[in-house]
Amino acid sequence: MKLNKTASSTIALSAAALLVLSGCASTDSGATGMIQELGDNEAGISILAWPGYVEDGTNDPAVDWTSSFEEATGCEVTVKTYGTSDEAVNLMKTGEYDVVAASGDATQRLIAGEEVMPINTSLVANYEGIFDFLKNQSHNTVAGVNYGIPHGYGANLLLYNKDVFPTAPDSWSVVWDGASANAGKVTAYDSPIYIADAAVYLMATKPELGIENPYALDETQLAAAVELLKAQRANVGEYWSDYLLEIQAFTTGDSVVGTTWQVIANVLLGEGVNVDAVLPKEGSTGWSDTWMISSKTDAPNCAYRWLDHIASPEINAAATAYFGEAPSSMAACDFRDDCDAYHAGDADYAKQLWYWTTPIAECLDGRTDVQCTDYTRWTAAWQEVKG
Amino acid sequence: MTTSTAEVETRLTRRISNFLYQRSRVGLALLLAPPTFWLALVYIASLSALLITAFWSVDSFTGDIEHTWTLKNFATIVGESTYQAVTLRTLGIALSVTVIDVAFALPVAFYMSKVASRGWQRFLVISMTLPLWSSYLVKAYAWRSVLSSGGILDWILTPFGIPSPGYGLEGTVITLAYLWFPFVVLPIYTALQRVPNSLIEASADLGGGTIKTIRSVVVPLIIPGIIAGSIFSFSLTLGDYIAVKIVGGATQTLGTLIFTNVGTANNLPLAAAIAFIPLGIILVYLASVKRTGALDNL
Repeated sequence: MKLNKTASSTIALSAAALLVLSGCASTDSGATGMIQELGDNEAGISILAWPGYVEDGTNDPAVDWTSSFEEATGCEVTVKTYGTSDEAVNLMKTGEYDVVAASGDATQRLIAGEEVMPINTSLVANYEGIFDFLKNQSHNTVAGVNYGIPHGYGANLLLYNKDVFPTAPDSWSVVWDGASANAGKVTAYDSPIYIADAAVYLMATKPELGIENPYALDETQLAAAVELLKAQRANVGEYWSDYLLEIQAFTTGDSVVGTTWQVIANVLLGEGVNVDAVLPKEGSTGWSDTWMISSKTDAPNCAYRWLDHIASPEINAAATAYFGEAPSSMAACDFRDDCDAYHAGDADYAKQLWYWTTPIAECLDGRTDVQCTDYTRWTAAWQEVKG
Repeated sequence: MTTSTAEVETRLTRRISNFLYQRSRVGLALLLAPPTFWLALVYIASLSALLITAFWSVDSFTGDIEHTWTLKNFATIVGESTYQAVTLRTLGIALSVTVIDVAFALPVAFYMSKVASRGWQRFLVISMTLPLWSSYLVKAYAWRSVLSSGGILDWILTPFGIPSPGYGLEGTVITLAYLWFPFVVLPIYTALQRVPNSLIEASADLGGGTIKTIRSVVVPLIIPGIIAGSIFSFSLTLGDYIAVKIVGGATQTLGTLIFTNVGTANNLPLAAAIAFIPLGIILVYLASVKRTGALDNL
């Protein structure tokens, strides 16, 4: 009888119990530690990635670097794409994905939440050739422990309609101070991390604010960024997080200028739309992505082999070229002819880009006299901006 | 051997049916238990989970839920002007959608039930329900292309010097009004069908004009139908976020706020707290409808 009572109360609070259980599960598996050697491959893996990262020929028969992996290893690959880092973090919490390609603003949260496992880089043969400046960075390594294999890096660009801008704009001002010229046709990325884009612009235009790092904003600096974003909001026709919606909006002319990824510009150019993308003089935010393995995975062998596959120069070249970003190794440039355009391997150029990273209360620029605004604060600010 | 098992079975079945026949309440209880249990699990359990979650908070860095009781989420949604503005906007959208739908549904339903010939009537009912057979997403994306610059609406309106509403508040209202129209027109149509033609004729015989007849005879009789329809359009609009994402441009509604708090911000507790706003509005709406007595005739 006692057992029955317990059971019924569990049902009554089923949701609460589920939450507690999932919390326990993540701490349990986090303690399993690093894999020392690989065994036989499992049946398959599910991968969570940015659009364009895992192509199996369905979107374009010529773009396929998944089939060769499936044939070589017997691991069947299923892929789910996501639109923002926040989405990636949430989807990883479900434990349904074995492997994730995450940007710097997601990787730190995934590591802190013990959603991903430490990586034994000696099991990934292609790790050695990867650029040194991508290894052991704060977004993929914590306390000397590696949590992932670098994939590639790039900048968020300014996409513009050439009918509206006959000469290429060289400054982000067309979406900030000069946005009213295209009121209702400006677009922006729909994520709190876009606040950093405002901060990058403020770094160039309002040096008196003293912003050293767009991800380390104190309350006054954040307020200035929010003010800039609110002024922009009046001219924004649409915020995008689904890259297909941005492609459509630029095709129909509903959006004529705004932030973008190279892959979106590539699709639009491929469809013959009169647009182009540039990196403005103020610099930009960007991303440096990492392949990670879920701490809850039941297919670690397939997962490790995928990490090695995607890091191999030929495959990495194909994947990063398709998305429009710099590859992770110099060897990959042998398979690409556009490495110079992305400044691949140029550590100094890479330093000019502000890679997505999670803002935390402890200022990332080293200031100790103030508290910085953390990501929760940014999320609230972002909702306030959208109004 | 086989026959005796069959006999035992029939005897058992008969005994059970006798038992249930004599105690009809037990039979009723057995019949209702599974659906009641299901209902309790789906509605009560999920609602109480929602209620509980709203009193928790989220670790800002790892995004894990912290199970400590706090009223912070409610303080946020009551205190911050963003949430007040979004609530008012959503309420405005829901009211406009409802008003537009009812305004269009009344004449259409009246024509369908009282004027049209039998065959024509059947055709109209089918064409009204036909959109329900296609996916919600297809319809929303169709409106995205209709509303786009250079789209059909733009093409029709430009000669008159009116710009297309484009993506935004107006686009959202138009799309949602289209999406929920069948849900509004059908209850009104059913209500009108139950109004005897003789009443309308009697009103005319007694000297009542068209307007007088509609106001004093027809409308009072179909009020329950109108209210049933308005409950659909109003509540469905209050919670919608997908159409808003597709045609809403930069518009934020309660639905998209909940969506971003679950999806983007990973703040389930705050999302749960926001979910209480539409819940509260619907309860107030239902209570005020009940006061008019319209629900008694439903």
